[in-house]
Amino acid sequence: MDAREKEIEKLKDYKYGFSTDIENTRAPKGLNEEVIKFISNIKKEPKWMLDWRLKAFERLKQLKEPNWQKPKYPKIDYQGLYYYSAPKSMDDKPKSLDELDPKLLETYKKLGIPLQEQARLNGIAVDAVFDSVSVATTFKGELNKKGIIFCSMSEAIREHPELVKKYLGSVIPLTDHYFATLNSAVFTDGSFVYIPEGVRCPMELSTYFRINATETGQFERTLIIADKGSYVSYLEGCTAPMRDENQLHAANVELIALDDAEIKYSTVQNWYPGDKDGVGGIYNFVTKRGLCKGKNSKISWTQVETGSAITWKYPSCILKGDNSVGEFYSIAITNNHQKADTGTKMIHLGKNTKSKIISKGISAGFADNTYRGLVDIARNADNARNFTQCDSLLMGNKCGAHTVPYIKNKNSSSNIEHEATTSKISEEQLFYCNQRGLNQEEAVSLIVNGFCKEVLQQLPMEFAVEAQKLVGISLEGSVG
Amino acid sequence: MEQLKVDFDKVIESLKLSRESINFRKKNFNQFINNGFPNKRVEDWKFSDLNQIISSNIENLRFYTDLELGETDESTFIDKFAHNKIIFLNGIISKVDFSFEDDSKVLITNDLNQNETSKEVNPLVSLNNALVASYIRVTVKENYSLNKPLIIYNITTKKLKSTTINLKTDIVLEKNSSLKLINLCGDNSENNFINIVQNFDISQDAILKNYKIDHKKNSNIKYSYNNINLEKNSISENFIFSTGSKFMKNEINCNLNDKYSSAFINGIINLTNSQHHEIKTNINHLAENTKSYQLIKSVLNDNAKGIYQGKIYVDSKAQKTNGYQLSKALLLSENTEFDGKPELEIYADDVKCSHGATSGNLDEDAIFYLMSRGLSNQQSKELLINGFLLDAVEKITDIEIKDLIKKMIGIVE
Repeated sequence: MDAREKEIEKLKDYKYGFSTDIENTRAPKGLNEEVIKFISNIKKEPKWMLDWRLKAFERLKQLKEPNWQKPKYPKIDYQGLYYYSAPKSMDDKPKSLDELDPKLLETYKKLGIPLQEQARLNGIAVDAVFDSVSVATTFKGELNKKGIIFCSMSEAIREHPELVKKYLGSVIPLTDHYFATLNSAVFTDGSFVYIPEGVRCPMELSTYFRINATETGQFERTLIIADKGSYVSYLEGCTAPMRDENQLHAANVELIALDDAEIKYSTVQNWYPGDKDGVGGIYNFVTKRGLCKGKNSKISWTQVETGSAITWKYPSCILKGDNSVGEFYSIAITNNHQKADTGTKMIHLGKNTKSKIISKGISAGFADNTYRGLVDIARNADNARNFTQCDSLLMGNKCGAHTVPYIKNKNSSSNIEHEATTSKISEEQLFYCNQRGLNQEEAVSLIVNGFCKEVLQQLPMEFAVEAQKLVGISLEGSVG
Repeated sequence: MEQLKVDFDKVIESLKLSRESINFRKKNFNQFINNGFPNKRVEDWKFSDLNQIISSNIENLRFYTDLELGETDESTFIDKFAHNKIIFLNGIISKVDFSFEDDSKVLITNDLNQNETSKEVNPLVSLNNALVASYIRVTVKENYSLNKPLIIYNITTKKLKSTTINLKTDIVLEKNSSLKLINLCGDNSENNFINIVQNFDISQDAILKNYKIDHKKNSNIKYSYNNINLEKNSISENFIFSTGSKFMKNEINCNLNDKYSSAFINGIINLTNSQHHEIKTNINHLAENTKSYQLIKSVLNDNAKGIYQGKIYVDSKAQKTNGYQLSKALLLSENTEFDGKPELEIYADDVKCSHGATSGNLDEDAIFYLMSRGLSNQQSKELLINGFLLDAVEKITDIEIKDLIKKMIGIVE
């Protein structure tokens, strides 16, 4: 097989594996104060923001990379990365979508993001983040009417400093773990959402992340604030081109729900997982944390994790307000040499708080899939309630499925239930499907989709369809 | 640490060991010195900071004692049924009595000269290897089943204070043999650290029933490590009754090495005041068609803290494994705490593994139901708690011993 054919063969497996030739503006290679100043300067940030970044960098110097996790990875050379990379045409920012580099638009078209017309049809407002810079935010006018702020993080820092100052770092403080602190120092862009009091956001908000340039890390930061009595549903999708080297993605996502507010955050993560032999792929080390600050607030995480060489993330809820609710629905699919160590933390602080965790792990090939979670009920969290269910499905005996729940209960009036099972697709199920005319692969896809149903149902309509397909694609070739 | 070094030399001097054995002990001693008592930064001790527990409960811990053997407290002995005895008094063997058995079928040795090439398990096992002053090895010969149960008494007297006691027992069951064993603690002492290591080798078709009882309230800090190796078609039944000591950690590491072997670990933790008990299990399924079952019930009162850390490991060779694990805890008072870490690590696909963990208070509806039938609030609670504990106790397959434990809990039928 010659090189060209090989390339084509590769592309078949990962349909987002194209890269786009766009001129990039990059920060100098490496991690130091100069680079941070460069990023802050190029984004025309006020001084307080730069100070904040530098403070995080100071802290970072004292921190060590964590090493307790199950998936081990070769040491990351933080000095060998570019911390800022923006398409050149962004230097003089386009005023409207028509002025965007047509090549960029083409990329998004390949990805299937409804940036223009499709956006209107689907009623999804999209904020697309390409490498490090937020490219375009659609549907702004309509959202403005309701008083909803949906813009890139850089814009929010300039336009809405009072909100950013108040909430940025309030859930994931500067002093958090290594990757979160790294993000605080060098974050480049991301989405900012503010839903004013009593407003129900009329459409699904969405961001699309894509890592394009080589040797770049992506460090986006998302901040969503739902004011009293408001509601928002937010979607996030991710892809990256295929490259032989491993790329780092260390994002921070902070959610804040005030009294009676509800935030629903859905992720479909399809970063490049590396090839069949585990070469290349994204290191997806993301910190996601939601704070149910007010009474009766609710935060719900839904994630479909099919990509990345290593996924290492725990979207968490801090249930501080009385009667607040946290939910976590997750599907993690690993194939070939992928590794996933994911789960959630539910920290019950308020009275009558409730949390629910549904996790489905599917492991095939040589992959390792770990659910790691914490349910912590504090002394004062009277009548707290938790239900956890983790199911794992194994395909083949070269892969692994693990469950590591930590359960801490300090309150006698609370109630915790945890259950976990591990199994495989039974011969009977396969036979039944085969007999009805489905081939092996269709049968597996159907059974796996059934296994995941409980989580897929939580996704918004448009995503659910895509996610279902993704579940099928990720497992192609794993049985038979 | 200075005290430890001085005491180590004293132990070595007093025991008259072979050179190899001294080297073996020195190696283990250094392993302990390098790590010290585990603290909560060590993952296995995350919920129980032993270093802190020892330093806040025991002043000037010594590692060597030359106490004269005192009078044995007769009240500790079980008089319900006839049995064989091994008595450890303040860490020294004071009596070995196998009068019910055939001498040629049960072999007893107590040679302290050991030079195992065993790998490092954890710092406390190393400490035990380095300092152990009395050792006993029981070998049950092929096709022999003991007529009566064996009770290993571990008795301490009032004179013993702020001292570390290290005990070590090896039990070897040859093919098709069987043994019922009770490890019974009779503590009359206060503020000591007792470190027990037991090793079980269970050959093909052999059956071990091991009941570990710590029932008498005392202020000692205890750690018990059991290593169990199971061969083809062998069975190991374990029951842990954990209610007496100030702190107790029972750790069981169980290797299912060959086909059709099975392991059962059931237990109850029943605590009051500021007691702190932990059960940690490690079940390694290393061959096909192996089975494990665990049920742990905890009842916590006052300021007590209970912990269950259980792990099921399934090797990629161990197809058709059946692993089950359930932990239930009742938190009866505001200041109690229960922490759990039920863990599964699975590398084989044709397995049936599940675990469950619950913790909470008594069901109000159940109390209401019983009260509406004429029971007082107190009686209803007692009935429900007893029922809750009985679930685990009923798993004991030996009737005499089951009744003994029921009586110790105070369940009247």
